[in-house]
Formats: sequence, C-alpha cells, structure tokens
Amino acid sequence: MGVALAKSVQWKAAEFGTGTLETTPLNESILKEITKFVEMFIVKHPHEAKFVFVEPLEWKTKLTPSVFNTDYIVSETMVQSEEVDQHRQPLLELRVPQIKVRSFGQLSQLLLIAQDKQLEEARACIEGDIYPPSWELNGKTEEKGEIDYERKGKIYKDLVEFLKDKSTVFSESMSKQEAKRNEEQQQNKTDGKPQKEEPSTSQKTVPGSDISKLEKTQIDFEKSQMTKRLQPSLNWKTSVDLKEHRSSLKDSTEEKHGKPRASISHGRPQLLRKSVEKIEETISESSSESEEDEEATDHRQEANADLPSEYWQIQKLVKYLKGGNQTATVIALCSMRDFNLSQETCQLAIRDVGGLEVLINLLDTDEVKCKIGSLKILKEISHNPQIRRNIVDLGGLPIMVSILDSPHKSLKCLAAETIANVAKFKRARRVVRQHGGINKLVALLDCGQSTAEPTLPSLYETRDVEVARCGALALWSCSKSHSSKEAIRKAGGIPLLARLLKTSHENMLIPVVGTLQECASEENYRAAIKAERIIENLVKNLNSENEQLQEHCAMAIYQCAEDEETRDLVRQHGGLKPLASLLKKTDNKERLAAVTGAIWKCSISKENVTKFREYRAIETLVGLLTDQPEEVLINVVGALGECCHEHENRVLVRKCGGIQPLVNLLVGINQSLLVNVTKAVGACAVEPESMLIIDRLDGVRLLWSLLKNPHPDVKASAAWALCPCIQNAKDAGEMVRSFVGGLELVVNLLKSDNKEVLASVCAAITNIAKDQENLAVITDHGVVPLLSKLANTNNDKLRRHLAEAISRCCTWGKNRVAFGEHKAVAPLVRYLKSSDTNVHRATAQALYQLSEDADNCITMHENGAVKLLLGMVGSPDEALQEAAAGCISNIRRLALATEKAKYN
Amino acid sequence: MNRKRLQKLTDTLTKNSKHFNKFEVKRLIKLFYTLVGETTERPGSVTGLDRNAFRNILHTTFGMTDDMIMDRVFRGFDKDNDGSVNVSEWVHGLSLFLRGSLEEKMKYCFEVFDLNGDGFISKEEMFHMLKNSLLKQPSEEDPDEGIKDLVEITLKKMDHDHDGKLSFADYEKAVREETLLLEAFGPCLPDPKSQMEFEAQVFKDSNEFQDVTS
Repeated sequence: MGVALAKSVQWKAAEFGTGTLETTPLNESILKEITKFVEMFIVKHPHEAKFVFVEPLEWKTKLTPSVFNTDYIVSETMVQSEEVDQHRQPLLELRVPQIKVRSFGQLSQLLLIAQDKQLEEARACIEGDIYPPSWELNGKTEEKGEIDYERKGKIYKDLVEFLKDKSTVFSESMSKQEAKRNEEQQQNKTDGKPQKEEPSTSQKTVPGSDISKLEKTQIDFEKSQMTKRLQPSLNWKTSVDLKEHRSSLKDSTEEKHGKPRASISHGRPQLLRKSVEKIEETISESSSESEEDEEATDHRQEANADLPSEYWQIQKLVKYLKGGNQTATVIALCSMRDFNLSQETCQLAIRDVGGLEVLINLLDTDEVKCKIGSLKILKEISHNPQIRRNIVDLGGLPIMVSILDSPHKSLKCLAAETIANVAKFKRARRVVRQHGGINKLVALLDCGQSTAEPTLPSLYETRDVEVARCGALALWSCSKSHSSKEAIRKAGGIPLLARLLKTSHENMLIPVVGTLQECASEENYRAAIKAERIIENLVKNLNSENEQLQEHCAMAIYQCAEDEETRDLVRQHGGLKPLASLLKKTDNKERLAAVTGAIWKCSISKENVTKFREYRAIETLVGLLTDQPEEVLINVVGALGECCHEHENRVLVRKCGGIQPLVNLLVGINQSLLVNVTKAVGACAVEPESMLIIDRLDGVRLLWSLLKNPHPDVKASAAWALCPCIQNAKDAGEMVRSFVGGLELVVNLLKSDNKEVLASVCAAITNIAKDQENLAVITDHGVVPLLSKLANTNNDKLRRHLAEAISRCCTWGKNRVAFGEHKAVAPLVRYLKSSDTNVHRATAQALYQLSEDADNCITMHENGAVKLLLGMVGSPDEALQEAAAGCISNIRRLALATEKAKYN
Repeated sequence: MNRKRLQKLTDTLTKNSKHFNKFEVKRLIKLFYTLVGETTERPGSVTGLDRNAFRNILHTTFGMTDDMIMDRVFRGFDKDNDGSVNVSEWVHGLSLFLRGSLEEKMKYCFEVFDLNGDGFISKEEMFHMLKNSLLKQPSEEDPDEGIKDLVEITLKKMDHDHDGKLSFADYEKAVREETLLLEAFGPCLPDPKSQMEFEAQVFKDSNEFQDVTS
C-alpha cells in the first residue's frame, strides 16, 4: 500500500504544503460519509469498536472539555476517557487543543459529542493524521499530472488504506467486519445451499491474532490494490463490482457451458477483490469512474515499480493469449510454461493479470492444442490453494469435467490431473460431483479395458494406463468428501480400483490405494474391499519399496481391520510380518502412524497378537512409547492395550520397561491418547507385579484424576482401568482413602448421563465397596439413592455392573432397606428377563442380598421374582444357581413365617 | 480407369506406403480421381490437383485457413515441383498427414516453415508467418511490435544455440520437449477433429477391403 499511500500523500505535500484538504464538493461528501460511518461504527460493530489502535489518531480539536459528558474525567484543560486499555491508558485524551483517540468506539462517541462540529472534527482528524511528518521523508516528488488524477478518485480509498496502515487493529476490524458481511451475503445469495466452507483466504488469515498473519493480509490488500491500478478500464465502483461478483459466484454453482466468461473482470483476484470491495461498499459510494479511466495508463507504469519482472513478462504473454490466434496462443502458452510455475509469485501473477480467465476460456474452445497448453499451466498453478479457489470461482471445474469426455486421452489426463489439484477443498469437490465428474472419472479407470473407444493415432496422445492413473488421482482428491465416496461406489469404482490394484506401477498404486484408504472410512466400502479381495493386494504392496505406498496400504488396513474377518485375511495373506518389520523404521512419521494404526487394529484378534509376539513386535512397540508424535503414540498404546489382554504379553511389557512410559502418558491432554493409555494401564494392572509398579509411580492417582476429564470416553476408560487397580493393589482400601475427595468424586459420577461412564463407575464402586470403611464413606455420600435412580435401564452392560454395585453396597448398615425405599428392587426383578446371563448372575446376587430384608421380599414376590428365579436355579452357572436359590429360600422363609403368624 | 490399372496402381503405391494398407490406398486413389474429375474439365490433360484445387481441399477438408501456410503445404505435397499434386504425391502426402510419425512430421513441418529452403527458419520468416497472428491494436505505436516480440519469445524458447535463427536441430529439440511446438508457426497438419472426420468418411466401407484382397 506504500505506493498508493505515498502518492496520495505526496499529492498533498506538493500541492498543499500545509497538509489541508481542499474544500471541494467531493471532499465534502467523502467527509460526510466518513463521519456517518465512524459514528455508526460503535452501534454496528460494538466488538470491533473496542480494538485499540497501535498509535493514536491525533489532531487539534476545537472542542472544549466542557462538552464531554460523564463517561469522561473532565478538568479545565484536560479530558480523559474512563475507558482505558490494558496498560490503564485512557483511550481518549484531550489536552487543549491536542486530542488523541485510540479506538473506534471512542471516535464514534466523540463524533456524537461533537454534534454539529462533526465535520470539522473529522476533517481536522484526517488532516492531522494523514500528514505525519514522516511522510515527507518519502521525498519523491511526483509529476503533477498523475497527482491530479490521483486526487479525486482515490482520496477516499487512500484514507481507508491509511488508517489501515496506521493501525493493524483497524485493518483487522475492517476485515472482520467484511468477513462477517461476506458470510451474510453468501448466505443470502446461495438459496440455502450451504457455502460455509468457502471463506476467502484473506478472511481466513484475519481472525488469527498472529501479527505475521495480519501483515500478510495487509500485503494482500496492497496487492489487490495494485492490481486494481493495473487495469485501466476497470471500474471499481462498488455496485458494478458486486454485480459481477454475484454473477461469478452464481456461475460457479451452475452449469455454465457456452456462457461467455468475458464478463468477469480481468486481472483481479476475485477473493481479494471481494475484501476490498466490501470496504469500499461500507464507506464509499463516491468515486467518479471517468476520472479513473482516463489516466490509468500512466498509472500502470509507476504503480508497479516494485513488482517482479516475471509479472510484466507474464502480463505480456496473457495479452498475446487474449489477442492471438491459435498459433500465437500456443507460443504464448509454451512460453508461459518456461516460468517457474511452482513459484507463488508466478502463480499469483498469472491470476492478477487476468490470466486465469483466459486460460479457462481456452478450455471452452475447439482448439485441442490450446486446451492442452492451457491445462498444462492450470495443472501446475493449481497447486496453490488460492488459485484453486479462483479456478472454482471462475467456473473452471465444469469445463474440465466436460473435457473428461474428450476423445483425446492426453486432454482427459490433463483435465483429471488438474481436477485432482483443484478438488482439494469441499466446495470444489461438490462442483465436480454435481457436474457428473465422479462418473466420468470412474470411467477413466476403465480406460484401455473397453475396446469401444475410438483410437486416435495422434501426436498428442498418451497411454491408457496414464489415463487410468490420472482418473485415480482425481478420485483420490474427491474421495475426501463423504458424498463423493458414495458416488464413486455407485459409479462402480470399487471393482475398477480393485483391478488397478493388481498392477505393479507405483505411480498408479499410490492414488488407487489412497482412494481406497479414504473410502474405507465407510462401512459399505469395507465390505466391498473384503469382497473384492483387495486386502490381499494391500498386503502385497506393504512389501513395496515406496514409502508412500506402504503408508497408504497400512492406512487402508487400519481402516478396514475393524472387521474381524478382515483381520484374519491380513494374517492369512502374510500381512503381519511386513507390518512388524515396518515398525522398526521410525524415520517417516506418517508411515509409522499408519503402520502402528494397522497393528493396533489387527491386534484386536488374538491370533494376530500371537503372530506379533512371534515377530517381536511387542518389544518394538514398547520402544515407541517415547519421543513419538501423538498420532503414533495413540496407535502404539492402543496396540499395547490389546496385546496386554494376555498374561504373557503383560509380563513382556513389564519386562521391557513399558509400564513407566505408559504411566507417564497419563498426564497428556489428547483425548484419544488418554482413552488408549488408560485402557493399556488398566490391562497391565491385572498383573499384581505390574500393579506394584503402577502404584509406585502414582499411576492410580493419575487415573483417578482423569475421572475429572471433561470427555466421557476418558472418564469411562479411566474408571474401567481403576477396577483392576483396586483389585490388585496392596492395601487398596487405604490407597483409595488417600485420594482426598476421591470417593465423593466417584459417587457424583453416577449423575452422568453417559451409559458407558455409568457402567464403568458402577464397576469401580463395586471394587471400592469391598472395603467396609470406604463403603461407609460412599454410603454417606449417597451412593444408595444414586444407584437406585439408575435402576430403570435397558442397557445390559449398565444393568450388570449396577446390579453388582447394589449387591456389594447391601453389605453396609441399612443399605438393603434403603435400596427398597428408593425403589430399586422392582426394576431389578425385571433384569431377570434380560437375555444376558451376566446380567442374570449379577441380578440374582443382588436380589439375594436384598432379600435379607422382608419388605424387599414382598416387593420381589409381587413382581413375580420367584418364578423367574426358579428357572435360574437350574442354570449351569453355579454362582447364579446359588444366588437364585438363596433368594428364593429367603422369600419362602418369609412367606412361611407370615403364614405361621397368621395362624397363631 | 480400368480395374486392372487401378489394381496395379494400388499395388505399387501400397508397396511404397509406410502407413496405409491396400484398402486405404485404394480408397485414397479413388478419392483422388473423384477430386481430379471435379476440377479438370478436359480429359487427357495432366491428372493432378493444381495449387488452387489443392488449397481448396485443404481448406474445406482439413480446416486450414492461412493462405501462405497452405501454399507451403502444397509445395510439401508436390514433390516433383511440377505445380500439381499427382496421385502418388497425394497418397504419399496423406500418409504423413494422417499417420506420420513425429519424426516425419517434424521434418515436414520444418520444411513448410523454412520458406526459402535454406535449412533455417530465420527471424524474417517467423515474422512473415506470424504477422497475422495477433489482433492489431490500433492504439499501439508500432502495430508490428507484438509480432516482433512474439518472434523473440519463440526464439528464446527454441533457439538453443543462440544464433538468432532456428536450425532443424533447434526445432527438433524444442518439439521433443514440447510437442505443441510442432506447428509453432501455423497449422500445417490437419487438426485432430477434421482428421477423424476425413478418415471416418474415406475409409468407412470395410466390405470393400475383402473385395480388394480377394
């Protein structure tokens, strides 16, 4: 913005040495606009109004201290606002006649106070501040001609720019405000179609408080400002731009074949333009286009003195693209490819000089050579995220999708490759899908298999394999959207991908496996992957030399191995060994994460764990418990958790020194990691010897404090892990009591509404209640009514653990009676109708305990417990048998006693 | 033409043709005589397509528009330089047009672009061929400035030995790097679409293939 600003200021320097604004009708109206805008700012953007400027706005005011109201501390010659910044500095400070204002809110209020002197103050403020002495140092006196031109059209914009420059906060607030507006507008515009995922890049950078980001935004603003100046014929009046913008937006979501795209203005980055527009829209309506048009050519030269030379060369080439016949166009396209198109400067230069529009327009012509040339460039520059969005905004995707039908294979390839680059974000993928792109891309996978295709003996042709590869590449990008995955499946993509998976070309396999891996997040795919015998080939490619391919294969196995049959397939096809050996290569973290993920899921099957032990993978896993990124740790710990279900492996983990690093991980914050770590520690705690170590490392306390974790999965997992700890710790009762407030915490978790948390806490309470002293404490904390309240549930897991907890708690004081009073008995009887034997056993035991109380027996009898229990007396489960019999005998005894009493 | 002569001509030309089979050669010969019949009124005169007739075919059948390039293509076909394309030149030329390898096409195109046949495409020749390739902007001081610039751009891209002109080696290297530059100075080969249409139309009836071979 330096150039723009310096110029406007220099104009003032040259013409008005004292730095005053000329009184012209135009300036007057601009001033009015500013005043209105600033005045309303506090109402419209109360949040932004509070931002504190880096440097105050300073000018000589004509206002006297007496006019200030009670929000200010007023003395004879001084006024200070009560509103202060974080350093307790007032945001407004007046020492007659000098005034300093440091926020928009204060500026707004000041203008309200000034009332009829508003305009004067605004003028003084602008004059006072837009002409700080430092600007004179800038020194270059410009020719007067340009300066005159600059004046009327640009004052206003420069003022805004200036404020922005003066204060990052201003620009931030402006951008925020504009971002908000953009969102609103988009919502209004898109007929309810969700467009949320398209915040412009500039918007995205703004909300971060990071200064470098802010600076970037400013540079972007500057750039767009520059480009604006480049375009002589451009009319930057808001209304016009907005209309154009709308049409381009609309176009991007509609079919737009044959529509002339020329109406879209050249040379301006759409998204950045948007932001500038919005600022203009907010505050400016006054600009005269004719003046803008007149002298723009001069402008062009000096405004861009600091642009890189590529910019000019590219601009020239774009000119030839626009005004050349096929021959000239091809030459210009070829020449353009000689620039380093992977460099952002060149990518943005092409866009900023209006090259994107031309390149996309070329795709809509009949000239095969021009299309090829254009796509070759688009393919390169679409690696840039901004360019991707621009391409979508300019409606490039539907044309590329239609090119997929071309008889020319090289065109198909280039279009698919470009789509692969562009479809990296959701909105783009939607456009591809809505234009039938998925079907066409899937058809590319079939290339070379169908003989119906016309063969074209042409120079610009390419092999069928290449076509399929490019199709897979594009599908890979698309497969990141849920709906696209579905569309790929419906288009018959899976068998085709399965067939391509049999090739041995790495550059083909990577996108194919990549796509499968993305899609495997869907249940449908996992079934199909199994059915199409894809696992076999995934396993085969684990042995490839290519790290990326190994990674994607492992990732796909990770996704699919939730399924038991798939886990077996991985083993049967010999996939466990390569996984175990890849585990030792820790340099590539992405691959390591994928491999450990696959090992984790595979080790859910016992047979696989045995294999892993054979391959000494468990030792290696323990070694990976330290110094690894979280993504790896989650999987490693998950795998160890699964392995430690077996005694042998628990011993192994302990002997390899795995307990300490596991316990150390209990202090993390990553939720998935904590869930896995608590599981693993819990699994280890089953071993008394390991429990000793856990206890010594204070692991139980750490687990206990995870009961306070906000996430229910972590809470539940921690509570489950506590059970074996309490079972196996020496002096468990004493240990539990030593956690201050621990028992109350556990009891209160019974108020959770998460079934898993409830079940786990019931299990923990069952273990805690084994210690009479602790049972007394939790009884005092009201465990009985809380447990009773849970009784009405259909969840068998919860029923089982709840019944166990009730049964255990009955052994203290009058708890049996209390459970009856809190109506826990009748629901428990109903548990006997469950289909789960574990529930039967726990319930029968609880009822047996409860039946020691006469009232409970009556309730049981009334609820038909006897008949149900009688059936269970014949159960092969001895514990159940015994409990059922005991309960029946208690009820029977009571009945006899009652009868006896009657006759006596 | 009697059947026997046609058979013999077909055989000879097929033997000399790299890219066409007997059936295709026969169809092309037939097409040639149809075209010649249309243009030459007097029987007994030299059977061939003169410059105008040939240019007409290039224009209507292969969509070429540039007069100068079409003249050069005619010269490319008219190997014996007698001012008309005879049946052998016709089949031979089309063989390259439709089925030529990259090497053949590069050789042919270079000859087309080397206007004076000195083995180099000079700046002047380039200028000459590109002079109508840009929309003239009346505002510009020198209307040829764009063309001159385009020539410079092309040289920068293709003149590998930096001698200010393109040798065949320069040209070949550039084309191998970027096939799009094969027809760098103007379309002198049929565009893929009209080629497809032409082949579909001329070679369509495969029943006759058996007829020829039997």
